[in-house]
Amino acid sequence: MHEERSQLMQTLFGRLSLEAIPYHEPILLATFAVAALLGGSLFGYVTYQRKWGYLYREWFCSIDHKKIGIMYMVLGIVMLIRGFADAIMMRLQQAIAFGDAAGYLPPHHYDQIFTAHGVIMIFFVAMPLITGLMNYIVPLQIGARDVAFPFLNNFSFWMTSAGAALVMVSLFIGEFAKTGWLAYPPLSGVAYSPDVGVDYYIWSLQIAGVGTLLSGVNLLATIVKMRAPGMTLMKMPIFTWTALCTNVLIVAAFPVLTAVLVLLSLDRYVGTAFFTNDFGGNPMMYVNLIWIWGHPEVYILILPVFGVFSEVVSTFSRKRLFGYASMVYATVVITILSYLVWLHHFFTMGSGASVNSFFGITTMIISIPTGAKIFNWLFTMYRGRIQFEVPMLWTIGFMVTFVVGGMTGVLLAVPPADFVLHNSLFLIAHFHNVIIGGVVFGVFAGINFWFPKATGFKLDPFWGKTSFWFWFVGFWFAFMPLYVLGLMGVTRRLSHFDDPSLQIWFQIAAFGAVLILFGIVAFLVQIYVSIRDREKLRDHTGDPWGGRTLEWSTSSPPPDYNFAFTPVVREQDAWWDMKARGHQRPLQGYLPIHMPKSTGAGLLLAGLSAVCGFAFIWHIWWLVVASFVALIGSAIAHTFNYNRDFYIPADVVTRVENERTRLLAQQG
Amino acid sequence: MSAAADHDAHHADERHVHSHDHGHDDGAGHGTFKGYMTGFVLSVILTAIPFWLVMGGVFDNKQTTTLLILAFGAVQILVHMVYFLHMNTSSEGGWNMLALIFTVVLVVITLSGSLWVMYHMNTNMMPMSVHDMRNMP
Amino acid sequence: MAHSATQALGTADTSGFYDLRGEHHPENGTMLGFWLYLMSDCLVFAVLFAMYGVVGGSYAAGPSPKDLFDLPLVAVNTSMLLFSSITYGFAMLEMQRNRQSATLLWLAVTGLFGVAFVSLEIYEFLHLIHEGAGPQRSAFLSAFFTLVGTHGLHVSFGIIWLITLMVQVTRRGLSVENRRRLNCLSLFWHFLDVVWIGVFTFVYLMGVLR
Repeated sequence: MHEERSQLMQTLFGRLSLEAIPYHEPILLATFAVAALLGGSLFGYVTYQRKWGYLYREWFCSIDHKKIGIMYMVLGIVMLIRGFADAIMMRLQQAIAFGDAAGYLPPHHYDQIFTAHGVIMIFFVAMPLITGLMNYIVPLQIGARDVAFPFLNNFSFWMTSAGAALVMVSLFIGEFAKTGWLAYPPLSGVAYSPDVGVDYYIWSLQIAGVGTLLSGVNLLATIVKMRAPGMTLMKMPIFTWTALCTNVLIVAAFPVLTAVLVLLSLDRYVGTAFFTNDFGGNPMMYVNLIWIWGHPEVYILILPVFGVFSEVVSTFSRKRLFGYASMVYATVVITILSYLVWLHHFFTMGSGASVNSFFGITTMIISIPTGAKIFNWLFTMYRGRIQFEVPMLWTIGFMVTFVVGGMTGVLLAVPPADFVLHNSLFLIAHFHNVIIGGVVFGVFAGINFWFPKATGFKLDPFWGKTSFWFWFVGFWFAFMPLYVLGLMGVTRRLSHFDDPSLQIWFQIAAFGAVLILFGIVAFLVQIYVSIRDREKLRDHTGDPWGGRTLEWSTSSPPPDYNFAFTPVVREQDAWWDMKARGHQRPLQGYLPIHMPKSTGAGLLLAGLSAVCGFAFIWHIWWLVVASFVALIGSAIAHTFNYNRDFYIPADVVTRVENERTRLLAQQG
Repeated sequence: MSAAADHDAHHADERHVHSHDHGHDDGAGHGTFKGYMTGFVLSVILTAIPFWLVMGGVFDNKQTTTLLILAFGAVQILVHMVYFLHMNTSSEGGWNMLALIFTVVLVVITLSGSLWVMYHMNTNMMPMSVHDMRNMP
Repeated sequence: MAHSATQALGTADTSGFYDLRGEHHPENGTMLGFWLYLMSDCLVFAVLFAMYGVVGGSYAAGPSPKDLFDLPLVAVNTSMLLFSSITYGFAMLEMQRNRQSATLLWLAVTGLFGVAFVSLEIYEFLHLIHEGAGPQRSAFLSAFFTLVGTHGLHVSFGIIWLITLMVQVTRRGLSVENRRRLNCLSLFWHFLDVVWIGVFTFVYLMGVLR
């Protein structure tokens, strides 16, 4: 081991030393080389193009919900690539590590990979993608000019990014947790995980969690307070409804996660005895509490994509959504019930028959409103004039796949069956079935659907279809074998197997993962090709699909102020109704528009939070104090800035709107 | 962070805002001197009684005392809600009340659910200490 | 074409589709947003109460509430918080009457009561730690220190916020933004009072009864 470190080094750097950099791990070294190359060339390109000032002013400091929404989507897609790299490494390891072959990943590395995969996919892929869609679409759908707290929106985004950055840093400085994505104690306690891994886990989630919570509050206040005149609750677009319910869940569930992680970090940093084995601690309480957050979390992810599918189905079936009211009630019922099922994640822990049956029954009940939704989509399609555009493909793929995942979920809700299947690959297959088949398919449907709104040109349909079919087929190849293996009793999180008869199933699963890789590549190619061919794919109308809700009434991309005049809503499907009544755009009489000002405060505060988290992870106490004081100080200083808004002058609005008038005339 | 939250809405700078906007600006309910004093006197009484019940050992039966102080606590929370936080069904179009009711339901679920679940877990656990072992049924 | 309606030019009647006079000002969401934040804070405390409820009897052969809690001190502490509540109320009443210096005076009094509360709590904590009943001693003490300490931290942040607002009111007067901020802090301050009712009932009084 290395020599005793001097007192000074200890004070200056805490437990951080050169040892923390994993230069003896070839895989990580190669990853670092690739990351440095890509990052370096991106940095060089932006510098060469002299775009840093533009990026900083127009994007990083922007408090425009549309730009923040796009930045969330970019963050989600970048992290998807990282999370998927983890996934395919695991699939490869499991396909080859049989008998004498140990595979290429040592156990301590494999354990970090499955932890990082789970954490990244849930917190830094699914959450940013969902939040990005809501951020972009909800204000447009309700006819608002921005969200209720535009600065907070920017701050939330940067906090989420700061959390993601900490996870990425753990790749090259130190290590990530080896505990599984929920970091159950006592394993995650300081006695069994003395290294920095769990601390990276805690601080990245805490920092990102602040962002998520504030963005939840923000979107709730937006939906409640800023709807266009005439848009009563039962005239809200269904995506906005699901966003409302999701943000209710975020505001109600994320504090629980925050509190639980605080308790765990007190155990690790202060030496309290909440979840320890001795001094009266109770590790089971951690499991109980974290699932009080964890179950609502899965509905936080799935509800908005239910909204996406609803919008897509009615648009491409050219019909009003079947059973709008029942859809709303189903969403609300799911929101409330999602709080009464958490124990089904630990039936086997031993609460006994009475408790288990209560939670088993509530779990089965929650499938009823979900089933009702599936029927609503089917009835919307029934006798509709269906257009098989790419978003619709994803939707139909979702309906086929998700139903299977839902049914295996009901199976797992039966406690005796769960005693057999708990922590088996059957469970893994189930939740990937609902999260990929639900959330990921939904996000891709949403991206393909709303991309022309955000950019003014459609995504290339050929590469979109290619991506869909690779994902769809790849998903079935990758996860159906896991159901089989789970039924045979194979448990999760193993890096090596002895029984050679299992190997073929893992090889099929690895083949599926490769197909999904092609799906991701096809998606990236789709983006590239669409940008290259943007003039061919251009849409000047702002309404390329024959849309039904207000976001399609403005130009693509929408102007900074979204709507020159606030729309007046009379019906559900407000834009469809306006078109039916012979909609006319007002061509004069524009007024100055009151808008919030951009600010770099969000970036600064989030950066300081990340530094503070990093200092906590490495026990660099002087930096903890310094960055915390700076954080509070800058937050207070920010409140002294009263000059936060400006007016877009009427002649600027007139110029922008006249340009749109000209383009529309060209089209007609 | 909460300080940053309150003032970045569209109308942050009120000097620009038209006169008709003033009505609904600070949506909080307004208290009156009488209201605050009523709340204060009530909460002093509702605090003093439970302390007296416990410190003075008024009842021999602990269960009676426990139930009574819990009841006083609940009533005092209501008093604070009404007289200090100015809760009513109309503030913010009823959304405040709705959010409060939802939160109360979730708090009850979290507290009672955790206690219920953990009580059963602990009952079914293998005895952890020598002391527990001795007291096995 | 499906969108032809959107492209029609001319000056036909557009009045039904849009609010042309620009009169629709979305309502200010600050008070609602802040209330929602408080509700989420409420759930943080719910978790801490649940934790205390579950491990509150796990003394690990260490001291129990009966050995530790000093009810007269808690009673004094409670009265500090109650007084601060009513003085904050007076500050709000003065604000409604537009009297800036009286508002500032009552805010200062509120802050002093808050400081007294926090100081008494620190005294209590130090005393317990000195007696060997620190947060590391048992799960019960961990939960006790965390629950009460989190409340104390909230009060401390409330005091920092209060001082910030006093400076801002001094500089910019009782402007609409400052009134809104004072209203938010009012909700925060009284909310902490409500949490304290739970703390002294559930932790201190019921602890001694245990």
